Amino acid sequence: MPGWLIYFIIFGTIFGAFGGAAVLIWFERRLLGIWQDRLGPNRVGPLGIGLALADVIKLFAKEDWVPPFADKFVFVFAPTAIVMAMLLGFAVVPFAPGIHVIDLNIALLFFMGMTSLAVYSVMLGGLASNNKYALLGGLRSAAQMVSYEVFMGLSLMGVVMLTGSFSLVDIVNTQAEKGWFVFSQFFGFVAFMMAGIAESHRLPFDLPEAEHELVAGFHTEYSGMKFGMFMVGEYLGLILISSMICTIFFGGWLGPDFLPPIFWFTIKTFVFICFFILLRAAIPRPRYDQLMIFGWQYLLPLTLINLLVTGAVVLWL
Amino acid sequence: MLELALFYLAAGISLVSTILAVTRVNATHALIYLIISLLASAIIFYLVGAPFAAVLEVVIYAGAIMVLFVFVIMMLNLSPAGEAIEHRWLQPRMWIIPALFCTLLLAEITYMLSRGDNLLMGHMVGPKAVGLELFGPYVLAVEIASMLLLAGLVGAFHLGRRYLTELREETS
Repeated sequence: MPGWLIYFIIFGTIFGAFGGAAVLIWFERRLLGIWQDRLGPNRVGPLGIGLALADVIKLFAKEDWVPPFADKFVFVFAPTAIVMAMLLGFAVVPFAPGIHVIDLNIALLFFMGMTSLAVYSVMLGGLASNNKYALLGGLRSAAQMVSYEVFMGLSLMGVVMLTGSFSLVDIVNTQAEKGWFVFSQFFGFVAFMMAGIAESHRLPFDLPEAEHELVAGFHTEYSGMKFGMFMVGEYLGLILISSMICTIFFGGWLGPDFLPPIFWFTIKTFVFICFFILLRAAIPRPRYDQLMIFGWQYLLPLTLINLLVTGAVVLWL
Repeated sequence: MLELALFYLAAGISLVSTILAVTRVNATHALIYLIISLLASAIIFYLVGAPFAAVLEVVIYAGAIMVLFVFVIMMLNLSPAGEAIEHRWLQPRMWIIPALFCTLLLAEITYMLSRGDNLLMGHMVGPKAVGLELFGPYVLAVEIASMLLLAGLVGAFHLGRRYLTELREETS
């Protein structure tokens, strides 16, 4: 790979991820509107796509206020952590054969590490705000994300067993021979998807910011671009989880030959992003204890049994 | 050469942030420095050819254990009064014994480095090699650790369950 190409891929990934996150501001509201039988934002520019730009200008122009009772150092640091961690997570995503920033032999674990670091953003944001609602949101996020990280890791181990490697490129190449893992690892896929929603604290699992009970949860005290960073981080997380589902369970760039591989990757990722938005429109938010009980009483046994059966199959077949 | 520069940079960050973690009176700040120090040691692990250990350092120490530490700090609701108490605790004479141990460790590592063996940049140990070792010669240690964790899990479940049943009896 020539030297300039890798820089091209790195900057392409960063701008693609940020651009995707910005367009999602508009796209999500538009899709929600359609699914809820209304128009959604359609005034600015063609189909209302100028809304993304208007929103960015609004966020930059708003007063960026640090409350006097907040812990200033942590308050400013918190929103950057989620964006950094999520962007670093994109480093291991293989977009097409040869088009990836780095092919680590620990790529899957690297991704898990980055999502687990993203927790700090929400926790520290809630803690530094020195506000009761923010603190409750931070506490919830800590328990929720640490628990769902366990199921996320366990649900992926079946795929790792079948592949024999943590490398995402190897995982996609194995799927070319053995078929997509969504069929052989269906329960792993279900558990991973739920854990993915909980990790990126999207609706319906957005208990850290549940606005009907916690005002706005961990980002109650945030305004302007600091709040924008939390939003960008959330959208980056959504894109990252979708591309991971596509890579690990739906064959990544694999697809019929009439389109180049990178298009297949983009299309599949796009479908999952739409699916996550549909979930937001369709499913009500569970209560907090229901979320935790569901995780530990259903997802944990499910992933463990899946692991056991996969291990037995790999050993004896 | 580049590896050495990267190593010294990561080591320097680790050292400074650890010192800051010990000397901060604000518990949250101290924890953030400790997290940075763990991340720096993960980079050092990666540089000496142990990517698996590096990523475990991030996932388990920085990503799970330190999260629990922050969780506890959130529950405790430390106030400026707590910081004042910390100020009183951090007397210079508190430093004598830790400083002594640190000096010993420093002398040890200076000796090891001055012997000139090739300690840095060892051979690469991938995740597969670690797994084979863990479930090969060290399987007994893995089993004992898993039993310990299971005992902890059952204990935590028991404590939580008793609280929940009491709560239900009160409300019903």
